[in-house]
Amino acid sequence: MDFGQSSQPAGAASTKIVVAGGFGVGKTTLVGAVSEIVPLRTEALVTNESTGVDDLAATPMKSTTTVAMDFGRITLGEDLVLYLFGTPGQRRFWFMWDDLVRGAIGAVVLVDTQRLDEAFAAVDYFEAKQLPFIVAINEFDGAQRFPVDEVREALALPIHTPVMAIDARNRESAKAALVRVTEYALDQIISGIGGPQTSVAHY
Amino acid sequence: MAPQHRDDEDHVPTAGIVRPYALTLGRTRSSVNLPVEVMIQQLPLARRAQWAGHDQNARIIEACEERTSVAEIAAAVGLPLGVVRVLLGDLIEQGYLEVAAVVLSDSSTLTERKDLIERTLRGLRAI
Repeated sequence: MDFGQSSQPAGAASTKIVVAGGFGVGKTTLVGAVSEIVPLRTEALVTNESTGVDDLAATPMKSTTTVAMDFGRITLGEDLVLYLFGTPGQRRFWFMWDDLVRGAIGAVVLVDTQRLDEAFAAVDYFEAKQLPFIVAINEFDGAQRFPVDEVREALALPIHTPVMAIDARNRESAKAALVRVTEYALDQIISGIGGPQTSVAHY
Repeated sequence: MAPQHRDDEDHVPTAGIVRPYALTLGRTRSSVNLPVEVMIQQLPLARRAQWAGHDQNARIIEACEERTSVAEIAAAVGLPLGVVRVLLGDLIEQGYLEVAAVVLSDSSTLTERKDLIERTLRGLRAI
């Protein structure tokens, strides 16, 4: 790992899970439901170069634009902090994800069944990057319920990709999504190694 | 859709008037690899230093009084991530700050990766 030269006691670590999804699908809501802090906002710069022909570049001045990213924090013991980064799902933000997904445990793609197409870009991206991801269907009050299998089919997900329905406002539900993506990331490593299941620690 | 609380993160970007990288003399890359989640803390030199005025370096140093992440520092000082990274890289090289926790990276071994994910899973299940 990087930064082994730190004067911190061996073992102090921080890590992250990315929450991706379309506009207004509930990313910040999910982050806020489990975060120990009110989600904070930071901004990344969008240069004309990185936006290509996208409309973001069509500002009258050739100056820099920014895109906001909300994040939360969960302290998992004295020496481990987990950060949750909510990131816009549109393709034009891919330049930002390259940086964001490096070192991430995995990603939760949050979807609204009314606008499943908004999840396509995120699914494509994480598949291409081989980042473990799950799809979480945000079922808030009054939303039409979709069978998980239909969502899987619509997104053309491999059979092993976890798909689950959650309520992003609910702490336990949001937590379940984080547990699921972390379990899945661990499974991927274990099956990648090809080692026996007995090497897995029991919790 | 129903108001989804504060989920307005995808707001329309606005054009900045000041070029943000003016603060870094035009440099856009940090000298130190600094992922958003990496933790930073002050070194003794930072506490001894007398900062003229209340410039962005002083604010960054102040934000690192307790061990905190790059993303939190950027949010605290209100500067874009890329700018904060360059400034943090300088302050680390100058001995004011240090990286204070390991993170996963492209060079992490599978064992390191597995260990950290297992710790995270145990932690998540316990909260």
